[in-house]
Amino acid sequence: MVRDGGRRPILEVRDLKVEFPTRRGTLVAVDGVSFHIEEGEVLGVVGESGAGKSLTGAAVIGLLEPPGRIAAGQILLDGERVDHLPYERMRKLRGKKIAMVFQDPLTSLNPLYTVGRQLVETILTHEDLSAGAARGRAVELLAEVGIPSPVQRIDQYPHQFSGGMRQRVVIALALCANPRLVIADEPTTALDVSIQAQIIRLLKRLCEEHGAAVMLITHDMGVIAETADRVAVMYAGRIVEIGPVREVIRHARHPYTHGLMGSIPVIGHDLERLVQIEGTMPRLTEIPPGCPFHPRCPAAFERCRHERPELMPVDGSTAACWLHDRAA
Amino acid sequence: MATRPAEIEGLALGRGARLFDGLRRFFDGDVFYSFRRSPVTVVSFAVTLILLLAALLAPSLAPHNTYDVASLDLVNAFRPPAWADGGDPRFLLGTDDQGRDVLSSIMFGLRISLLVGFVAVMLAAVVGTLLGLLSGYLGGVLDSVIMRIADVQLTFPAILIALLIDGIVGTLLSPAARRDFKIYVLVAAIAASLWVNFARTVRGSTMVEKNKEYVQAAKVIGVHPGLIMLRHVLPNVLGPVLVIATLSLAIAILTEATLSFLGVGVPVTRPSLGTLIRIGNDFLFSGEWWMTIFPGVALVLLVLAVNLLGDWLRDALNPKLR
Amino acid sequence: MAPAADYRSGKAARPLLRVAGLTKHFDVSPPLLSRLLGGGGRATLRAVDGVSFAIPRGRTFSLVGESGCGKSTVARLVVGLYQPTRGTIEFDGVDMTRLRTRAEMAPLRRRMQMIFQDPYASLNPRWRVLDIIAEPLRVHRLLDDGRAVARRVGELLEQVRLSARDGDKFPHEFSGGQRQRISVARALASNPEFLVCDEPTSALDVSVQAQILNLMRDLQRELGLSYLFISHDLAVVYHISDYLGVMYLGRLVEWGPARAVFRNPQHPYTRMLLDAIPDLEMSGRRRIPVAGEVPSPISPPAGCHFHPRCPFANERCRREPPQPVAAGASQVRCHAVAEGRLGEEVIRRELVAPS
Repeated sequence: MVRDGGRRPILEVRDLKVEFPTRRGTLVAVDGVSFHIEEGEVLGVVGESGAGKSLTGAAVIGLLEPPGRIAAGQILLDGERVDHLPYERMRKLRGKKIAMVFQDPLTSLNPLYTVGRQLVETILTHEDLSAGAARGRAVELLAEVGIPSPVQRIDQYPHQFSGGMRQRVVIALALCANPRLVIADEPTTALDVSIQAQIIRLLKRLCEEHGAAVMLITHDMGVIAETADRVAVMYAGRIVEIGPVREVIRHARHPYTHGLMGSIPVIGHDLERLVQIEGTMPRLTEIPPGCPFHPRCPAAFERCRHERPELMPVDGSTAACWLHDRAA
Repeated sequence: MATRPAEIEGLALGRGARLFDGLRRFFDGDVFYSFRRSPVTVVSFAVTLILLLAALLAPSLAPHNTYDVASLDLVNAFRPPAWADGGDPRFLLGTDDQGRDVLSSIMFGLRISLLVGFVAVMLAAVVGTLLGLLSGYLGGVLDSVIMRIADVQLTFPAILIALLIDGIVGTLLSPAARRDFKIYVLVAAIAASLWVNFARTVRGSTMVEKNKEYVQAAKVIGVHPGLIMLRHVLPNVLGPVLVIATLSLAIAILTEATLSFLGVGVPVTRPSLGTLIRIGNDFLFSGEWWMTIFPGVALVLLVLAVNLLGDWLRDALNPKLR
Repeated sequence: MAPAADYRSGKAARPLLRVAGLTKHFDVSPPLLSRLLGGGGRATLRAVDGVSFAIPRGRTFSLVGESGCGKSTVARLVVGLYQPTRGTIEFDGVDMTRLRTRAEMAPLRRRMQMIFQDPYASLNPRWRVLDIIAEPLRVHRLLDDGRAVARRVGELLEQVRLSARDGDKFPHEFSGGQRQRISVARALASNPEFLVCDEPTSALDVSVQAQILNLMRDLQRELGLSYLFISHDLAVVYHISDYLGVMYLGRLVEWGPARAVFRNPQHPYTRMLLDAIPDLEMSGRRRIPVAGEVPSPISPPAGCHFHPRCPFANERCRREPPQPVAAGASQVRCHAVAEGRLGEEVIRRELVAPS
């Protein structure tokens, strides 16, 4: 893969396939997903519930809940394969090279330990510092994420922080070992709108400063518009469109993305009716042949019903849609 | 979309169709699937079924009627099991000191044990569930009162309650009436030791369900609180009740056996497994081991099978494990 | 949309719902024993503090705000799930707070219904969909014959764009969006005039949300419904509301015709909320940065609750709770607005370009 300066992307995912064996057969939840994230870049992964975006994130960090498993594909972190690593090696990687920010700050922090203890514990796991130095670093981190009076608050318990503050602590935890990749799974969904804005800004700034790559998983297009450099739109376990944020949001190439953008209400747009995509995303047991979106697609034609489209370049972006196949 | 009358009328399933649909869903579902897959559970279920049938059909199946005093012959007393020296094929597991067939005694004893166990558990379940429902849904002073009674109740073991009630009843009634009432007293005492478990669990589940939106929706519609409790909340809290009932059955049977062993359980004329064990116990060390061992084995089998079934049920019904 | 005069003067037809001075306090004191031993005092949560508004027939009034602002509590007060501590709720002229027994409330309950946020908890998982939707019919004895009930349920299912056959199924067989439709069908069963919708689309995906919002607008037109719509999502509220009220820590800080509030927000909190919405159009607009967090509703700041986060607060704001004043077509509770301190220049100084 040719990059500026010949640098490798921090994360490369090739043809990832995640399966769930159940008694009714094997369900394919993520089907042949490929993407990469460069240093300092924010890739948004957007999609509705059931699209497979959280599972993709879980697969990358090795936290897939059994019986789910990676059935095929490769995940490369800084050029090294990390899918199918033995448990111990994956555990060492987590925190040090890959960190994760979850949705619910209430359950991400252990309510029985002080914030300081959790930070220090994480720092000491990955870095060789004395306890005092680790504590100093923890205070620095808290200040960096905008917690006022960090020296006092470091000894407080999670329940003494508000939701937004807790999420800041979670971000501090994620960044304390200077990871190369941060996966944020719906980091702002549980927060109020005014706090959301602060947290997004914080995440973006810190990741830029630390030089980390970010995989931002969310269903909220607005958050993507503000934070991401590139965005991947997922549907029924596949990426249907991926490209620079401006391109995907303003000039959607895939009919699903187009429908999705149209169904979002925007202040200032006076519409009688919002764009409505008929039907619902198919269940994993009922994914249609060909293009998974074709039953709901206003522009579907014969080829869409039989052949599954792969991502193809469409001036400036990429989309998996036969409408853009020049060869046809 | 025009409404098609015929199709709309067809949608209301009749009672029979609903039952059939319900059965079909059960056998198709995850619970039955986990049952099929667990050999331990299937065996436990089979054992319980066999013992249940043996108890139910004892009057017809048992080789001898041990209640019929006239048919007893002291000549047959103290016979060992059929395969041992001096055994008689008519008495497969031997006889006791009065010439009663041990196998038949066990079958009739099972009957009593299961009857007392079932009735006690039913009573405890109904009372406990009702009190738990009221306590959890209505809260306030009623809740505090019921829970304090429950706490006090828990400090008394079943045996103590049974002895207490037995003693009180003994002083109030004539010996003849006392004998008749003994079995009701027994059932009540065992139920009294079990209801708290039901009440506590149902109360907890009720308090969770009470805050869910479907209950609030019913309130907004204007449904009577009693109907909300019975029709909305109760079906959703019954799952754990079933599990507790199964496990309580094992406890009830054991409790009854203990009480009978101690002599304060069922009257001797209708011995339960516990009584049989006690009677046989006297002869254990003089060599007639079969009189106590076989009823003991039957008791252990029953309790074990019921317990294992209850264990499986609890895991199968736990939504978090599915 | 009704002209502004209709809303404020009250001279036109009587509003379907009128709420005046609505207040709800919750006692959140620690238990008696803890107080005796630990010395803590009584604590009161002032969830709703003197809220007044009116909803004309056939219109949608939305309440927006962040967590802890009391909008859900207002919804539950209006629908009778809670009793107010003070204030009145008039539904079509009848003061609900005076009705005590279930029998007295019954005719009102038939005319107003509620739709809830969580599609997974708002339908009894053990009931079939037919019984769920038919419940209002049975409780109010609107139809006696089993067939008539089945027919009506079928009609309702079709009205919410589901199939009549779905009545035989259980809720778990449906997706979130479909369950919300079932909730809507249940709410419509008794032919109500007024629906209270508590964040009905917050738990749904964006494309499903669009379907439900479109459905609600269609039903409003077809059946002449009035809505009280609770949401934290300002864009959704923009799309669907005729009138809008912004709540902060139990108080209504700004309210009026929706377009007016969105185009000309007066209250600093309204401005901040609008500015905090992610910029989907990537217009790079400049905005007032968001400061601080929502304080705990148990001990809100004195005076104007918003003063710690307000860039325009002065001494009076810290002492005195503001009274409503008219500002354009809306009403606002803000000293700075009342004193005319918020000129364009003042606002511009606070604006910041996006990072």
